[in-house]
Order: sequence, then structure tokens, then C-alpha cells
Amino acid sequence: MSGVSPEQVLFAVFALAIMVSSAGVIFARNAIASAMSLVACFFFLAGVYVLLWAHTVAALQVLVYAGAIMVLFLFVIMLLTTSSDGPSMSFSVSRVAGSAAIVAMFGALTSVFVKLPAPSYGWTRDADAVATFGTIAKVGEVLYTRWLFPFEAVSLLLLVAILGAVVVAKARV
Amino acid sequence: MVPTSWYLILAAALFCLGMVGVLVRRNALVVFMCIELMLNAANLTFVAFARERGDINGHLSAFFIIAVAAAEASVGLAIVISLFRSRGTVNIEEVHSMKN
Repeated sequence: MSGVSPEQVLFAVFALAIMVSSAGVIFARNAIASAMSLVACFFFLAGVYVLLWAHTVAALQVLVYAGAIMVLFLFVIMLLTTSSDGPSMSFSVSRVAGSAAIVAMFGALTSVFVKLPAPSYGWTRDADAVATFGTIAKVGEVLYTRWLFPFEAVSLLLLVAILGAVVVAKARV
Repeated sequence: MVPTSWYLILAAALFCLGMVGVLVRRNALVVFMCIELMLNAANLTFVAFARERGDINGHLSAFFIIAVAAAEASVGLAIVISLFRSRGTVNIEEVHSMKN
């Protein structure tokens, strides 16, 4: 097929938006601006998940990340009226060296990823599997059968996290 | 179809950006946000491979990462609040120990 498919156009748009907004998280001076950039980044990531036929994960991303976790972040930022004087970033020698190492790591990862063999997508010949892939019915079915024990363990983990957060954050009495 | 490697490169870029943020930012809250970015990069990798292999378990892994990220954010932000109470700052350069 010649030309550019709509999926490629959407991927390019979302990828560019993700890069811009995640750079905004790092380089914004104001913590609120960082949080808002992160919300935008999560929405664009949800778009990429839809491109990957992961509709359930995309919905969860918006509900849990952009909805719950970022509201928690914004509450805490507003609770802690931090003074914004002084530099927001530190560029000591060790941190610049670390950043250079991270860029090198990205280069190494990319050089490996471009050599990956093109996937055959043999499973997409099964029209039934494609129709149910990533739907909430399919994800729920697997979640409550094979992943039932991890699911219950995560509910316990969240309970412990809530209790721990209350104990750590409450004022001394 | 967009090849899986493009998604993997996007995830690697997101992970590296988050890592640079963890290194250079001084505000503990922004460091937490950068950790969320890195968790999302892991999620993107799981979902990309899930579509390549037609394996729904990748979506479940992403689901559990989101749940663990929520737990991590709640406990981490509680620690930041208690740090702010005792030190009056969330600047990680000025905090050298967890002792009061």
C-alpha cells in the first residue's frame, strides 16, 4: 500500500503531542503547569492505546490516571504552597553526566528496536479474535479467571496504601 | 499498521524523558510526576506487545501497573506532605535524611 495510512498520521500526531507534553512536565517551572502537562500527556497516551486496540486500557488511563491520580497531585500541590524562588532544576556535573548516559541508553534502545523483525500479525486472520481483542468483555473475562488472585491482592494493596497514606500524612496528635 | 517498533521507540523516549526529569528536577512532586511518566512508558510497551502477539494478558499487566501506580502515588504524596510538615520544603536538595 502506498501513501500514508490514517493510523500512521494519528500515531505521528499523538507521538509528537506526547513528547511535547512530557517535555513540558520536566521543563515547566511551575508545579501546576507540570501537572497540567502530565494530564495532557495521559490523554494523548490514551489515544495511542486506542490505536493499539486497547480500548479498556485507554478508558482506565483516563479514569484512573487523568482522573484520580492527577486530582490527588493537584490537591497536594495546592496544599503545599511551595515558594517558586530559586532554580527549579539542578545541573550539577553528575546530573548532566547522568542525563547524557540516559540519552545514550535511548540511542541503544532505539538501535535495537529498529532491528526488530516485522511482526506477522498472524493472529489477526482470526476475525473473531480481532473483534473481541481489548474489549471490556474480553479483559474482564481474563481478569476474573486467570488473574483473579492478583486482582484480589491488588485490592488488598490499595487498602494498605490508603491506610498507610492516612497514617503518614496525618498531623501529629 | 504502524509497526510495533515505533511504539517501542516512543515508549523508550517517554521513559528516558521521565528519567531525565527524575535526575534534574528539585521539586519532589515533579519527581513523582516523572516517575508516573516512566510507569506509563512501561504500560505502552506492554500494550504494544499485546497487540503484536494478540495476547490480552499484556492489557492485564497494564491494568495492574495502573493500580500499583495509584497506590504508589497515594503513599508517596503522603510522604511528601509529612516531609513538608517537618521541613517546610519539598526541595529534595535540602532534604538529606528521613529522620526528623
